[in-house]
Amino acid sequence: MADSNGATKNILEAIQVRKEFGGLIAVNDVDFVIPRGSIVSLIGPNGAGKTTFFNILTGVYKPTAGGVIFDGTPISGMPPHLVTALGMARTFQNIRLFHNMTALENVLVAMHSRIKGGIWRSIIRTPALKREEEGARDRARELLAFSGLPGRADAYAKNLPYGDQRRLEVARALASGPELLLLDEPTAGMNPEETASFTEFVAKLRAEHDITVLLIEHDMRVVMGISDRVTVLDYGEKIAEGAPKEVQHDERVIEAYLGSAATT
Amino acid sequence: MSNQAGSQPPQTKNRSTVSSWRASYRRYRREHTWLGWGIPLAIVVLAFSYPWWGLEGPLAFIFNDGLGIDNDTLFNMSIYVMLALGLNVVVGYAGLLDLGYVAFFALGAYTLGWFGSGLFEQRDIHFLDTNAARLPGIHLSFWVVVLLAGAVCAFAGVLIGWPTLRLRGDYLAIVTLGFGEIIPDVFRNGDDIGGFDLTNGVRGVTQLDRPGFGQTISDASGGILPVRYTSLELRPWYFTVLAMMLITVFVNLRLRDSKMGRAWIAVREDEVAASAMGVPLMRTKLWAYAIGAIFGGFAGAIYGSFINGIFPTSFSFQISVIVLVMVIVGGMGNIWGVIAGAMLISWLNFRGLDKIGERIGSIPGVSDDFSIAKYKFGIFGALLVLMMLFRPEGLIPSSRRKAEFAEGEGTATLYDVRT
Repeated sequence: MADSNGATKNILEAIQVRKEFGGLIAVNDVDFVIPRGSIVSLIGPNGAGKTTFFNILTGVYKPTAGGVIFDGTPISGMPPHLVTALGMARTFQNIRLFHNMTALENVLVAMHSRIKGGIWRSIIRTPALKREEEGARDRARELLAFSGLPGRADAYAKNLPYGDQRRLEVARALASGPELLLLDEPTAGMNPEETASFTEFVAKLRAEHDITVLLIEHDMRVVMGISDRVTVLDYGEKIAEGAPKEVQHDERVIEAYLGSAATT
Repeated sequence: MSNQAGSQPPQTKNRSTVSSWRASYRRYRREHTWLGWGIPLAIVVLAFSYPWWGLEGPLAFIFNDGLGIDNDTLFNMSIYVMLALGLNVVVGYAGLLDLGYVAFFALGAYTLGWFGSGLFEQRDIHFLDTNAARLPGIHLSFWVVVLLAGAVCAFAGVLIGWPTLRLRGDYLAIVTLGFGEIIPDVFRNGDDIGGFDLTNGVRGVTQLDRPGFGQTISDASGGILPVRYTSLELRPWYFTVLAMMLITVFVNLRLRDSKMGRAWIAVREDEVAASAMGVPLMRTKLWAYAIGAIFGGFAGAIYGSFINGIFPTSFSFQISVIVLVMVIVGGMGNIWGVIAGAMLISWLNFRGLDKIGERIGSIPGVSDDFSIAKYKFGIFGALLVLMMLFRPEGLIPSSRRKAEFAEGEGTATLYDVRT
């Protein structure tokens, strides 16, 4: 699987992943890969097991069977902070910012695994530490500007408007230095204009930062425009996979999920 | 400013006047950067010179006589400021409710008992101690013992924290409460651990080593640094605690603005998000717990030496509560607030209530033996309730804390929405 650079072709591979909660099978033996540099979407109706699957991919849940390999490292059951250190970052479906921290501080927290810090060095405040902190702040400001939040660095997260909070979540995720960014229903609650500008932003992410993106959505319009590949889950099973066009015309998908949307 | 105040509901008008003062003070401070270090420096100088202007001299009739802040009270107040600053790291920064903080205070004191007294009289270990004669027992230099007390407490903090810090909120509070009760009990019953006398039980440890600089350093300093602290000259004790307190403040400040400080606040805000952003939860919480414990240990060691007796009964649950009240009343997470809260509450606790009682007793028609100090805990309880009602963010809140209490509608209680 490894190419000449030693990097794997697929940044993430989930092999026969299965998750049971008591008698309920939330995810049923799903195979799933994310090719490096792509934008991949995972869709499915409510309750299809998307978020459970997402939590398995990020290491929050340990799968009942099967495993997840990120960049050549098995990550199933690994604590979330180590997975983040490996280069995977996520946003949350219902925004989970640090509300009583400023936008800048939110971004700085996410740099935790990228800066050295150190208790003693922080207390003494060595020149090296000062340089590191200043560097981190500059980088955080850049990220805020890139994410469409210039000049909002000192605003408390909870005082930002909804759309900006979503942007801050992405800026924060980017600050952890990811190779793979997982977005959990990022356009939920956005109006059509906001959704459109967010979609552009995701495309820009890949173009300018070389970041692979996994998008979880149930808004089909968002997904079809920017995805290279779409995977459809229903009742914990993968029912279709392929280019957006193919998936859109797959009968099982139409039946399970697009039914009403496709006919109207 | 007046515009802003006008748009606020009437009941907060008073507060916004205060905040407009604060805003203009902030602006003034930005323009005069020397205030940033000038004011703290002035406070430090005032604190160190207190024996000359407060204990005796022109203002003694207010501070020493009126308020009753004498040498003893001063020492106790400084100890409690240190404890409150230590607990502030745990409660104020990391948001871990610790109801057993007294355990570290006790452990620090007992560390002095082990390494700086005649408790283990069959041993004969000495290292730079300043006692006049070569006493039996283990006698390390007091300064070494203070560091040891910090280390022992940090170790205990990690040991206790390892299994318990996985718990959240209320559960953690209950476990720490238990821990605070268990530790003094261990000391009470520690006089026969398989035949070994570790703590001398209820009789406690007495005749503890005192701080001192030894003959050589004392001579070199022209006698300014005492050979050995005595119970007659109390100023060196006060200066020592003050110096330790300054270190505590310094560490508090530096850590607040560090990577670790940010991680603590992030963990307090949202554990799941923090860990997803690369913050290791256990390590971050353990650091907060250990650093809080270290300062508790420092304070315990010097307190034990000053009191010259360590008894299991000295470390009651009340201390944990009172230190927590100091942190909350002062303003969690704000160092200046915590210091103010600790000074106020410890003054009330040690002398203030007695003094107020005396005043009331001297009013004609009021019985002479009217003692307000009897109602101490009732008064502290009432104070806490009043604070929670009228100023939940504390006396001097951090800007973050203030923002927390000025939340939008989403988090308002029904009562707030209706009025």
